[in-house]
Amino acid sequence: MSEIFTKSMARNIYYGGSAFFILLFLALTFDTHNALPDRDNREALTSQAKAGKDLWEKYDCIGCHTLLGEGAYFAPELGNVYERFGESKEAFIGFMKSRPKDGVPGRRSMPQFNFTDQELDALFEFLKYADGINNENWPPNVQG
Amino acid sequence: MQYESQNTARLYFIGAIALFIGQILFGLIIGLQYVIGDFLFPEIPFNVARMVHTNLLIVWLLMGFMGASYYLVPEEAGRELYSPFLAKLMFWVFLIAGALTVIGYLSVPYATLADITGNGILPTMGREFLEQPTITKIGIVIVALAFLYNVGMTVLTGRKTVVSLVLLTGLLGLALLFLFAFYNPHNLVHDKYYWWWVVHLWVEGVWELILAAILAFVLIKTTGLDREVIEKWLYVIIAMTLITGIIGTGHHYFWIGVPGYWQWWGSIFSAMEPIPFFIMTLFAFNAVNKRKREHPNKAAVLWALGTAVLAFLGAGVWGFLSTLAPVNYYTHGTQITASHGHMAFYGAYVMVVLTIISYAVPILRGQEAKSNGMQVMEMWSFWLMSVSMVFITLFLTGAGVVQVYLQRFTDTPQPFMVVQQKMEIFYWLRELSGVIFLIGAILYALSFLPTSTHKQQASTTSA
Repeated sequence: MSEIFTKSMARNIYYGGSAFFILLFLALTFDTHNALPDRDNREALTSQAKAGKDLWEKYDCIGCHTLLGEGAYFAPELGNVYERFGESKEAFIGFMKSRPKDGVPGRRSMPQFNFTDQELDALFEFLKYADGINNENWPPNVQG
Repeated sequence: MQYESQNTARLYFIGAIALFIGQILFGLIIGLQYVIGDFLFPEIPFNVARMVHTNLLIVWLLMGFMGASYYLVPEEAGRELYSPFLAKLMFWVFLIAGALTVIGYLSVPYATLADITGNGILPTMGREFLEQPTITKIGIVIVALAFLYNVGMTVLTGRKTVVSLVLLTGLLGLALLFLFAFYNPHNLVHDKYYWWWVVHLWVEGVWELILAAILAFVLIKTTGLDREVIEKWLYVIIAMTLITGIIGTGHHYFWIGVPGYWQWWGSIFSAMEPIPFFIMTLFAFNAVNKRKREHPNKAAVLWALGTAVLAFLGAGVWGFLSTLAPVNYYTHGTQITASHGHMAFYGAYVMVVLTIISYAVPILRGQEAKSNGMQVMEMWSFWLMSVSMVFITLFLTGAGVVQVYLQRFTDTPQPFMVVQQKMEIFYWLRELSGVIFLIGAILYALSFLPTSTHKQQASTTSA
């Protein structure tokens, strides 16, 4: 770099640029928060759904699955599992209860967590809530 | 070595490399579980092995950054470390907290660990990369504060160079942003929005400041170039990092429930995120080409150049591949993401820590460089790890292309598990590359084992 572009100019771009973009980011964050009530499906965030999120975290579901595309890529996306299971609570509960304790030979299998009926209800409500978030129509299709 | 207290770095470097090897072993376990689904099931389920793999990565990189700081800050500040005792103490606190956490992951079911550690009081567990029990997270904050105090006092009472100030800014940002790990609202959109303030603003923000500062330090020392020139480059790199990377957070906001305008902000700014990495590559090659001295540590220079190249490829090019919203719509959360993650972490952060270790350890032992034979071995480790990581990335990309097409793009999308079976060949090849990577990492560690000359030197110095 030639001497026309000095170190102090570079430093000023660093300070000025960072400060400007931090402020812009905070402004966008503020605007996002204002827009969220119409998008984030908060009316479905019942106490049951909240209990479901607590379970979701306590059992580290994100360690194998993705939720809205984030997480691990070992098991299917669950942000739209409500839809994939035909919006059926029975199908969901039946699937969860049928996981074999010792897995399936040679294949990936979800552990049997022995959830109570109440816990399964909560998880279902949480996944239903997540499915209702307006997230720009992602994933592209029901397979996730 | 100019200052006695630089020696504290040694502990951190040994710890970092040991955990690095552990990280790779768990990587091989989860890689195998991708093809042999019941491997180690139900003793070590995938999610547990994966959290060990990712958390060890985070911990050893942080140890590497801390070691790097304890090595370079005294030299830059022109004084001994403020408190070598605190530095040593914090190493053991950090190591023991980390070890206990990993033992916790492996010995009891995760849900039990959450109960034992009182996660119900302040729930922070069960989110990707932030799986640590809340008490471990508090421990991390304490270690980070003690570390910042120690390094900060050294810098502030000594000579303030651009390298040490940039490093300190990066470390301060790292500690402050980690506080968002304690914010875990039930509203999933809020949760995800601020989770990225830890994850993205770390690896695509403040960590890049740390990376650039360490790289600049090694290049100043090995090329003998004028500081003024290097510092100007450093400012340009970190300016571009933050100008592109802060709004670039938006590329994680495409599909999590926030307004659609983030697709524009995220696409445009993250498309520019390769620029600082490209400048870093130009900088490193320019510095080495115009060098004013021949440093005998050829391996360290190789690592420095390798960092610049693979950081650009992994973080820059592979990141760009899936960063535009219309592309990301199909690639989000697939093996394409995993391919980028692997080469970006290796190229940027693993390699810069291996660079500073390569440069500093011989000096801590009173030599400018290792013997030729040991350097050749280290260079072998460089090529084995780097080439196998390129292959890991390519195979995961191949897997990702199959996945995106069959599960997302075709007119007749197939279920996740059906598609996974069709990707098996790529997973096997990835696993094979992983084994080569492990061999490379072991060679790296071996190339630093003390030889008989070191022992002689050590005994003469102590006598």
